[in-house]
Amino acid sequence: MRRWLAAAVLGMSLAGVAKAAIDTYQFRDDAERERYQQLTKELRCPKCQNQDIADSNAPIAADLRREIFRMLGEGKSNQQIVDFMVDRYGDFVRYKPALSGRTWLLWFGPGILLAGGFVVLAVIVRRRRGPASQAAQQLSVEERERLAKLLEKEQTHD
Amino acid sequence: MKRWIMVVPLAVFLLMAVFLYKGLFLKPDELPSAMIGKPFPTFALASTQGDRNLTQADLQGRPALVNVWATWCPSCKVEHPYLNQLAQQGVVIHGINYKDDNAAAQKWLAEFHNPYQLDIRDEQGSLGLDLGVYGAPETFLIDAMGIIRYKHVGIVDASVWREQLAPLYQGLVDEAKP
Repeated sequence: MRRWLAAAVLGMSLAGVAKAAIDTYQFRDDAERERYQQLTKELRCPKCQNQDIADSNAPIAADLRREIFRMLGEGKSNQQIVDFMVDRYGDFVRYKPALSGRTWLLWFGPGILLAGGFVVLAVIVRRRRGPASQAAQQLSVEERERLAKLLEKEQTHD
Repeated sequence: MKRWIMVVPLAVFLLMAVFLYKGLFLKPDELPSAMIGKPFPTFALASTQGDRNLTQADLQGRPALVNVWATWCPSCKVEHPYLNQLAQQGVVIHGINYKDDNAAAQKWLAEFHNPYQLDIRDEQGSLGLDLGVYGAPETFLIDAMGIIRYKHVGIVDASVWREQLAPLYQGLVDEAKP
């Protein structure tokens, strides 16, 4: 059993390796490698959408990876590289779009919806707890008398 | 009980219905080009036939379609006869042979007729990258100053030409006339 589990875990981890596109680039140091990995994960493949360019096997993704590697070699900053891509492919290629008039809803929409949900929740809770609802729950004098009579009847039946 | 609260579910439903209905007709694989309104990128490349060197200056002077194509692209083959037809009607079309085998490209142009006035050989895809090309075929519309005015992703056929490109092209031709 344990052996099977180990095999399954190994298989799954290998599947993860096989999924990512493989290039052989030589980086000057680990920092550059890390920036390369971060950039290729942050940029989206224009051809096979919903994949980042690190993950995509499309020829255009390979071109963009090569271009990023080249620009890293030239000592360009992350911002310059991202700008280079956005100039050509538009805001679409950014998985982290810049905050602008067109994208503020994208950034804050979920928060606004969440806040809206809390407001609705608060209103409902308050209404249930409010004095109006307590009054509604309390019986009128007539109703109380009727209830007492009914309970009495039950007891006499026993 | 407040009456208006009963309208809320209907309003939410209608809002969602509008968005979902719109979604039916969206084409998410056609990205809006970031190049619209920008000048054609600078380049210095040979022609596909190898007989001359071309730069962005060669594209200026009159409005034109710039078609990105390759022999490895099946849709380009579908599109090709229609481009021939447009060229015959006098529409100015330039070709960018994108990341292609040059011999295959020359053979293609010899075999299927060449609708392009200028044949740009972009074997490395560098011009394509500067243009934001992410596949083929793509067709740019440039004005007489060499400014990119429109981009169509996918095949140019009669309906695309009639409904999207022709009015813009005609507009640019009229604009270019003094």
